Amino acid sequence: MSLTLVLVQTLNGLQLGVLLFLIAAGLTLVFGVMDFINLAHGVQYMVGAYFAAWFTAMTGSFFVGLALALPSALLLGLLLEILVFRHLYGRDHLAQVLATFGVILFLNEAVRILWGAAPLSVPVPEILSGSIVLMPGLLYPVYRIAIIVAGLLIAVLLYFLVSHTRAGMLVRAGATHPRMVSALGVDIRRLFTLVFGFGAMLAGFAGIMIAPILSVEPGMGDQILILAFVVIVIGGIGSIRGAFVAALLIGLVDTLGRSFSGDLLRLVMSPAEASQTGRAIAPMLIYVLMAAVLFFRPAGLFPAAR
Amino acid sequence: MPGLRTTLAAATALAAIAVPAHAQESVKIGIITTLSGPGAALGQQLRNGFELGLKEMGNKIGGLDAELVVMDDEQKPDVAVNRAKELVQREDVDFVVGPIFSNIAQAIYKPITDAETFLVSPNAGPSDLAGAGCSPYFFATSYQNDQNHAVLGKYAQDSGIASVVLLVPNYQAGKDSVAGFKRYYEGEILDEIYTPLGQLDFSAELARIASLQPEALFTFMPGGMGVNLVKQFRQAGLADGVTFLSAFTVDESTLPAQQDAAVGLYGGSNWAPDMEQSADFVESYIGAYDAVPASYAMHAYDTVLLLDAAISAVDGDLQDKDALRQAIETAEFTSLRGDFSFGKNHFPVQDFYLVQVAQRDDGKFETRIVEKVFDDAVDDYADQCTMGE
Repeated sequence: MSLTLVLVQTLNGLQLGVLLFLIAAGLTLVFGVMDFINLAHGVQYMVGAYFAAWFTAMTGSFFVGLALALPSALLLGLLLEILVFRHLYGRDHLAQVLATFGVILFLNEAVRILWGAAPLSVPVPEILSGSIVLMPGLLYPVYRIAIIVAGLLIAVLLYFLVSHTRAGMLVRAGATHPRMVSALGVDIRRLFTLVFGFGAMLAGFAGIMIAPILSVEPGMGDQILILAFVVIVIGGIGSIRGAFVAALLIGLVDTLGRSFSGDLLRLVMSPAEASQTGRAIAPMLIYVLMAAVLFFRPAGLFPAAR
Repeated sequence: MPGLRTTLAAATALAAIAVPAHAQESVKIGIITTLSGPGAALGQQLRNGFELGLKEMGNKIGGLDAELVVMDDEQKPDVAVNRAKELVQREDVDFVVGPIFSNIAQAIYKPITDAETFLVSPNAGPSDLAGAGCSPYFFATSYQNDQNHAVLGKYAQDSGIASVVLLVPNYQAGKDSVAGFKRYYEGEILDEIYTPLGQLDFSAELARIASLQPEALFTFMPGGMGVNLVKQFRQAGLADGVTFLSAFTVDESTLPAQQDAAVGLYGGSNWAPDMEQSADFVESYIGAYDAVPASYAMHAYDTVLLLDAAISAVDGDLQDKDALRQAIETAEFTSLRGDFSFGKNHFPVQDFYLVQVAQRDDGKFETRIVEKVFDDAVDDYADQCTMGE
């Protein structure tokens, strides 16, 4: 368990955390601001990845693909909002869960029909395809570093948007006092539509960024959705800052736990027992963390002001 | 009296048709395979391989018109059981061909064999069906699941690889895979890494492997997990120093997504598309589906040849089950893989090879034979099968 290995794993954890943040940011906005449970957020991530694969294959360039896939993800989000989600805002959570679950089934099958069941792949863009040597025998892909940087930039941009612009102010006000805001002449429906589209675009962006590392396949968003929900529950529903902290926390705990739980247990038990216990404990760690946070702070780490 | 004469003529004609009372004019075959969900790419290969075989036979098997009923098991055992019952009870099929996944095979096995309908598996080969749970009504044209893993263990042992790391998903098939590898490998195992089923990012595990510096990695990562692992293994630069040995991780169903990243990596198989006797099959499969066939398609195609030979041998009489079983056991056909015969547990006795990924002239990717690892191999469970004793 050398220091370099810990450093490499920390970077890996950061990268997972940043990715989770991109997905969770949209989810927490929609859930916190509009009080709307959107299970279909994960498939929007998947569709983003499919758009990236499709446009990249069509144009031959990842960056052109990215430029085309982003507005497409936004359009799809707006379309879903207008066709499906808009009609559910007034309904209870059960109806929202059922309807958005239906959207998951529909979109998973739709991409299978459109692009086939076999996984697709997106090549890493030439300019980011190099690697740097972080430890002997292990190259760290520049592309993963690019994901971390892009994610952090988005985080800063979001913070600025929500805290320092008029639109952000309206979103925050609309979350706490929707009637008052609409009495002041703001079209709250349109505001919600914009928030929703923006959230969908962020999830799509996460899907686009991850496409060169992961296989693009139907159902790829289902697993990450669960993690994203864990993130927003730990961070405090509706809080972008909470989502950011919780995403990095989950990314680090998950990655470091997977790598080192066996090693740490080896200090107190025999190697065979340690690896057996380690592999049982590692996947649980984030849920243990969630339980602990909920026990001490039931509203999450950074509860949104109500 | 023309009336009487016509009646007589009609009666004679009827009798003439009815005379070979045992023979029928058509054979009905049910296919259960995975056509939706994450495993659909494999299930489609199975269906395509079978349909291609049938088409090349002019839609006739053993001289009988073939009628096909294709069912999607959705990779869910409960769905599969209902589909299986539908096939044997309502559709009254003569044979069921399928499935891809072993847990599905275990679920549909009883309902089909209890109905005394023949079940032929062109992929799934779980150990219980090869051993104590073998049945007179079950045949596999594929392999027993452990065998492909054992190929890599044997190769690692024979080629003098001194240290390996094992990386598999944490579920039954993953543990079986480790057991299969260890049966032949006696070198040093630096670590056994078990990941949650469905994990997609292997960065933490790859960093660990790099720090352990093994000579080889043995892994079993079917489907999307394998696509991700291979791409990330290449991106982490490990491919240059660590030999990549795998089972069900690099094959023609995943290569379209892995592409360049998989070139040079090793797998274990009973067949590869570059085998000489398969050239025509591979060409017509690519022509029909624009994809290189994997062993799933080959097994399905072989199943058509097997049934054709067996039904011909009994002159189309599908009612005498004992004669039909014997005809399947001893069917003479030229398998695409070369040597083929059924062992006493109705699993193939066949050769296994180390295969390596390469790019074809047409730009697509395929596995190619490197060397033969097992000759006329019988699986390890055949002795536990007491059928026919």
